[in-house]
Amino acid sequence: MVGSVAGTAAQRGRKKVESVVVRFAGDSGDGMQITGSQFSSSTALHGNDLATFPDFPAEIRAPIGTTFGVSAFQINFGSRAIKTSGDKSDVLVAMNAAALKVSLSNLREGGLVILDTGSFNERNFVKAGYKVDPRTDGSLAHYQVMEIDISKMTLDVAKPLGLSQKEALRCKNMWTLGLVYWMYDRDLQPTIDWLQGKFGAKAPEVAAANIAALKAGHAFGETVEISGDYAGYSIGRASIEKGLYRLVQGSEALAWGLLAGSQLAGLEMLLASYPITPSSPVLHSLSDLKAFGVLTFQAEDEIAAACAAIGASYAGRLGVTASSGPGIALKTEAIGLAIGTELPLVVVNTQRAGPSTGLPTKTEQSDLYLSVYGRNADAPMPVLSVRSPGDAFETAIEAVRIATKYMTPVMLLSDGYIANAAEPWLVPDIADYKPFPVKFRTDPEGFHPFLRDPKTLARAWAVPGTPGLAHRIGGIERDYNSGNISYEPENHQRMTDTRANKILGIANDIPEQQVEIGAPGGKMVVVGWGSTYGPINRAVSNMREAGYDVSHIHLRYIWPLPRNLGDLLRSYDQVLIAEMNTGQLRTLLRAEYLVPADGLNKVSGQPMMISEVEDAIRSRLATAKAAE
Amino acid sequence: MNAPAKLTPDDFATDQEVRWCPGCGDYAILKAVHKTLPELGATHENTVFVSGIGCAARFPYYINTYGFHTIHGRAAAIATGVKLANPELNVWVVGGDGDSLSIGGNHLFHLLRRNVDVQYLMFNNEIYGLTKGQFSPTSRVGTKSPSTPQGSVDRPANGLRFALGAGARFVGRAIDIQQANLGALLKRAHGHKGASFVEILQNCIVYNDDVFAHITDKKVAADAQILVEDGKPLLFGKDKSKGLRLNVKTLALEMVTLGEGGVGLDDILVHDEKNRVLGGLLADLEAPFPVALGVIYCDPAESYEAAVWGQMAQAKAKNPKPDINKLLRAGNVWTVE
Repeated sequence: MVGSVAGTAAQRGRKKVESVVVRFAGDSGDGMQITGSQFSSSTALHGNDLATFPDFPAEIRAPIGTTFGVSAFQINFGSRAIKTSGDKSDVLVAMNAAALKVSLSNLREGGLVILDTGSFNERNFVKAGYKVDPRTDGSLAHYQVMEIDISKMTLDVAKPLGLSQKEALRCKNMWTLGLVYWMYDRDLQPTIDWLQGKFGAKAPEVAAANIAALKAGHAFGETVEISGDYAGYSIGRASIEKGLYRLVQGSEALAWGLLAGSQLAGLEMLLASYPITPSSPVLHSLSDLKAFGVLTFQAEDEIAAACAAIGASYAGRLGVTASSGPGIALKTEAIGLAIGTELPLVVVNTQRAGPSTGLPTKTEQSDLYLSVYGRNADAPMPVLSVRSPGDAFETAIEAVRIATKYMTPVMLLSDGYIANAAEPWLVPDIADYKPFPVKFRTDPEGFHPFLRDPKTLARAWAVPGTPGLAHRIGGIERDYNSGNISYEPENHQRMTDTRANKILGIANDIPEQQVEIGAPGGKMVVVGWGSTYGPINRAVSNMREAGYDVSHIHLRYIWPLPRNLGDLLRSYDQVLIAEMNTGQLRTLLRAEYLVPADGLNKVSGQPMMISEVEDAIRSRLATAKAAE
Repeated sequence: MNAPAKLTPDDFATDQEVRWCPGCGDYAILKAVHKTLPELGATHENTVFVSGIGCAARFPYYINTYGFHTIHGRAAAIATGVKLANPELNVWVVGGDGDSLSIGGNHLFHLLRRNVDVQYLMFNNEIYGLTKGQFSPTSRVGTKSPSTPQGSVDRPANGLRFALGAGARFVGRAIDIQQANLGALLKRAHGHKGASFVEILQNCIVYNDDVFAHITDKKVAADAQILVEDGKPLLFGKDKSKGLRLNVKTLALEMVTLGEGGVGLDDILVHDEKNRVLGGLLADLEAPFPVALGVIYCDPAESYEAAVWGQMAQAKAKNPKPDINKLLRAGNVWTVE
C-alpha cells in the first residue's frame, strides 16, 4: 500500500515513493509531539497530503525509560489523498529501548528502525522489560536497522553553545527531526523559524542549540555516513483541490467552528468548561478569542460548567460546555434542565476510552448511548458527530444552527483521535456560509415563554432585560399554554410529545443521507460515524477497486437520523457497522429500522485500521458468496 | 422614554398561587422582598431570581421579574452564567440550607470566592422541608428526623463561617419575621458590588417549628440577639446594658454588663464591618451568647464579572475589528495552485 523504504542499492539521488508512514517514539519528555507537529507542518508546506496520530500517555512525565512513559507521533503523508494516519509504519524512530519495545509491533516487516544507541544500555533494557539487548537477540531481524548515537551527536553540537548536559540532551529530538527531514527532502526553515519564535527572545542559546542540532541531523543524512545505504526519498505533491491551506487540529477547528456558528447566529458565546483530557484544547483555543466577544469560564466542576453555560443561554448568549465522557456523565442532569426549559446549548463531547477514567488519552466512540439516551426520563436531544479535524468546523456550525433554531441542547461528538490529529485544511471563507440570525422575542403582545413557532416547535427566546416579557421558567413541568407550573396529566403527555416531535422534526431540516462511495443498493454497505471515516473510506475504495460490491455511508446526524436512512439501509443485502465501541450505533439502527445490521467493533484505544475494515468486508462477502 | 411609574410591592407579586405551608417563614421573606424591590428602584425586566430546588427555591415563581427555577444545588453556578452573560442584570439567588450548603456547597463556595456580583439569600430552617423532614447540614446534633430516629450525629455547618472562609466580601444575617431589619439587610446586600451572602433564619412550621424560638421568642429576644452596626459598640439586652468585650488573653469574645466590675462603654468592642477577624468571632456566636444579626462583614473588592469583562475590553481594544477569516489564516498557510 505504501512505497517501499527498502533501498538496498547504493544510489545517489532520491527514490520516488507514493506515501510513507513515519512514527516518532520516545519518552514523554523527549519532545516527540513537538517533533511530530513540526514534521507535519513542513510536510504540509511541501505539498503532501497527510494525516497525523499523536499517541501519548496520560502521565505528563512518567519515569524515564519506562514503557508506560512512551509518547509517539505517527504521520502518514504522500502524493495521493491520505485518509488515515496509516495502519503500520514504514519508519520507526525509537529514542530509547522502551519506545522500541512499545512501537515495534506497529512497524511493517522490512521497515526501517532508527535507534538512538546512546540510550540503549543495560539500565534502559531492564526498564523497558528487555532481558537482553534487542539488537542482539534477533528480534530486529525482519527490519532494517539504523543505529546512531543521537545523544552523543546532539551533545557535540549543543553543549558548546552554553547548555548544560541535561539541556543539551533535550535537543536530540531536533537532531532526529533534521535527519528525517533529510530523508524526505523537507525544508528546515519553517522549524528554524518556529524555534526562533519560541525560544529566540527569552533563551537565545536554547534556540541556537536546537537549530544547530536540527542542522547537524540534516547534515548527517546528507554526508557519506549514511547516504550510501539509505538514499533519501522524494514524495511528489499530492493533487488536491486548489486553494489556501493550513494544518488544523480537530479541537482547534471545532473551537473555530463554534465561533463561526455564534457569529452566523448573531450571538456572542460563553464557553464554560472544566479541564479534562482530551477536551481541554477547546477551552484553551476559545480562551484566546476574547476580542471576538467570546467569554470563557473555567468552572469549579463539570456540573457548574454545564449550569453556567445554561445560565448564559438563559441570559441571551450562546452557552457552550465542552468535556469528555466522565464529565458529560456529570452534566446530564443539567442537560435535562436545558431540554425541559428548552434553552439552546452546545455540549461538546470529545470521547475517550472508558468506562470511568478508562484510557484518558486514547480514543473511542463509546458515548453514543450516553448522548442519545443517557438522561433521566424522556429527554431527547440532537446528536451530531465529527468525522475529521476539518469537519469539526462544519459540524460545530451545524450544532449551533440547530441549537438556536430549535431551542435545544445539542450534543456534538468528537473523539480523542480527531481532537489531536491534524490534517491539511482548505481554509473556508466565512462569507460563504449562510447566516442564521437568532431573533429574540421582544413583543409583549400575546407572549408566554412556551409560545411555539408552529413550524419548528421552538419556543420563544425572551431574555432578561427585555421590557414587558418578565417571566418564570424552571425544571417543573410547564403548562403548554402559559408556561406556568403544571401538574396536569394531559399536559405532561402533551409536553413530552411536543419535545420529542420538535427534535424528530429536525430530520426535515437536515440533508438526506448521501452515499460516500458506491451507490444505493448492492451487496454490502459499511456504515460509520465519527473518526472511523478515513479507514472505512479507504478500505471501501480499495475493495471496490478489487471488484467487491460495497459502499460507504457515514453519518453526521446520529439523532435525529436522516429521513431517508431506513430506506437506504434496506437497499443493501448486508449492513456492516464499523465503530470503536461494542455496537452502539448498531443497536440504534436495528431498533429504529429493524435492519439486520452486523458489526465490526474495536475498542483497543487505537484508531481503526484500513486492513481491519477490508478483512471484515472480504470475509462477509466471501461467506455470502459461498452461501449462494 | 417617559419616567417609569413608581413600582409598588404589589407590582412584584405574580398571579401564581403561593404554595408554601400556611405559617411558613418563607411568606415573611417574600413579603420583605416584595417591599424592598421597589425601594431599590428595581425593574421587572432587569431583575433575575435564580433558585435551585427545595421549598425556598420556589421563590422565583412568586416574584414578577425574570426567574429561573433550576436544579438542586446548582443555582449559584447558573447565576454565575447569567451574570457573566449580562453584568447589567440585578441577580438574586435563593436557596435553602440543604440546597446551599449540602448539594450546592461547592458552587456556593466558588461563587463567593470569585465574588460574582449577586445577592445570595440562604433560607436556613435547619431541616429538609420538601422531602419531608430529614435533618439538614445546619441541623443541630441530636436532631430527630425520619433519617435520624436516634438523633443526628453530624455537626452542623455555620453558614456565615462558611461564607467567610470562602472569601465572601459581604456576610449578613436576619430573621424572617423581622421585616425592618431584613429589608435593611437586603438593601445593603443589593448595594454591595460583589457576592453578598445573606443568611435568613426561617421557621419551618411543619418539620422544625420553633427551632429558633430560643433566639426569636419575644421573652428572650433582647438577650439572645445582637444587631450589629458599623461604627457602633456591640451592645445588646433590653436597655442595651450588655455588651461584647474582647478578652485579649483568649482571643475570644465575652459578655459583660455596663457598670459591673468597672466595665464602661470604652471596654465594649466597636463593630467594624471591614474587620474579617471580628466578623468571624461574631459569626460564631451562639447561646448563651446573643446571635449576631445585620451586616457582619462587608469589605468590597472587584467583582468577578467586572474583571472578566475588563479583560474582554482589553482584548477588544487591542483588536477592535476581529475577523474570523484572518484568524483562520494566521500562521503557516500555503496555496495549492
